[in-house]
Amino acid sequence: MNIQVKNLSKRFKDNIAVNKINFTIEENKTVGLLGANGCGKTTSIGMLLGLITPSEGEIIINNKNLEQIDRVSILNRMNFASPYVELPKKLTVKQNLEVYGRLYGVEHLENKINELSKDLNIDIFLNKKTGELSSGQKNRVTLAKSLINDPEILFLDEPTASLDPDTGDYVRGYIESYKKRKKVTILLASHNMSEVERLCDSIIMMKRGKIIDEGTCQEMIKKHGRKNLEETFLKLARSEDEI
Amino acid sequence: MRFSRIYALSLRHIYLISSSLPRIIDLIYWPTVQIFLWGFISKFFTLNSDYYSNTVGVILTAAILYDFLFRASISYNIMFLEEIWSRNFTNLFIAPIKISEIITSLTVTAIFRTLIGLIPASILAIPLFGVSIFELGIPLFFLMISLYIFGVTLGLLVTSGLLRFGPSFENIAWASLFFLAPLGCIYYPITILPETLQIIAKALPLVHIFEEMRNILLTNSVNMYEIVKSICISLIYFAIGVIVFYMSYFGAKKNGTLINMGE
Repeated sequence: MNIQVKNLSKRFKDNIAVNKINFTIEENKTVGLLGANGCGKTTSIGMLLGLITPSEGEIIINNKNLEQIDRVSILNRMNFASPYVELPKKLTVKQNLEVYGRLYGVEHLENKINELSKDLNIDIFLNKKTGELSSGQKNRVTLAKSLINDPEILFLDEPTASLDPDTGDYVRGYIESYKKRKKVTILLASHNMSEVERLCDSIIMMKRGKIIDEGTCQEMIKKHGRKNLEETFLKLARSEDEI
Repeated sequence: MRFSRIYALSLRHIYLISSSLPRIIDLIYWPTVQIFLWGFISKFFTLNSDYYSNTVGVILTAAILYDFLFRASISYNIMFLEEIWSRNFTNLFIAPIKISEIITSLTVTAIFRTLIGLIPASILAIPLFGVSIFELGIPLFFLMISLYIFGVTLGLLVTSGLLRFGPSFENIAWASLFFLAPLGCIYYPITILPETLQIIAKALPLVHIFEEMRNILLTNSVNMYEIVKSICISLIYFAIGVIVFYMSYFGAKKNGTLINMGE
């Protein structure tokens, strides 16, 4: 599935959170959404997920306007993972995956849960309460939930935030291998530049609600004359003028 | 609407309740305390009041039915608040589930929570105070339907507030039913109220339910018209509750409160 965003804006009273942004994500590509805290990344993802009504502009998925697509049918083909959005803590991991599997109408749910559990190494604590897990374990469970319906569009908001390097690397490796195995279009919001370089085909840089630059990682590094994406990010984030 | 999705959402709450003994005890504890409290008050009144001398347990029956209403409303609110407390709100609203299915699931599941508390308390009242709400007979079923519809309507209105204004609306959730209780004429006849308040009270289903409950217990006759009227009024409020919930949902989407809502 491809995504086109045209002149998308969101105003909250006097504050313009997202200001006329335009971008396209081609089918099966991974695009990184970068920017400092409060630059409009989460609001943009919220609009793409249908959680926030845009003030202006259009979101077009597979050549159809999101507003005109049946909400349930499109949500069935998407999913979202963020460490800031949790699963019910008092339910076991398996119960949570079962509930979401049923909500997404997953066929052969037991097999799907077993497959994801093995792939993400969560099978050993499948019957443990989700609230009793460590951050790294919770993160993998959240990722499992986001993959339960084999989404064609996946939104990842800082998927490896607060993870130790080993677990972070494991999650990145899994997303990488998942991309190779399945057809999935990914929008990744992250502050981890090595993660973005590793996973993204291209990046979009946001600042104060606007897109200030976009391109592949290498193009961006070269264009701004920096050694790596981290330095490029810092240059763009600290520059007073918009590029 | 699809049953599988409604069931999935209900399952989340069934798992939550069934896996926690303290939660089950909490559900049973409060109605039981109510029974004890009102049982003794009821016993005192029946011994010292001519009005209640014909029927033992009018107050206790009213207390049980009021608790049923209270539990239905609170159960609805709690189940919605559980999603906020667990920071699961965003996951729920990005899942392919219709708003009507969320409302249906909460409405259906709230009955289980309500009955877990009510059934032991109602049974306990029989040997302890010699009072059985089942003496109301078949009309009891219809009175409870009316109460339940109104209870979930109050829950629906409070959850609409939570949806629109976030967790800060939580205090209203706890206080919601107490606003209406004085006008509901739960323990006293409507004639006690000043005339102007009687007009307002008649617009609520509670007056018709509790007046009819007293009518059945005191005169042993059933006025089906009053019961049907109470159900119709409850259904009107329920329809208003659904509209308000949808408006709050669209308001929340506009204000961005559906994303990152948590404690």
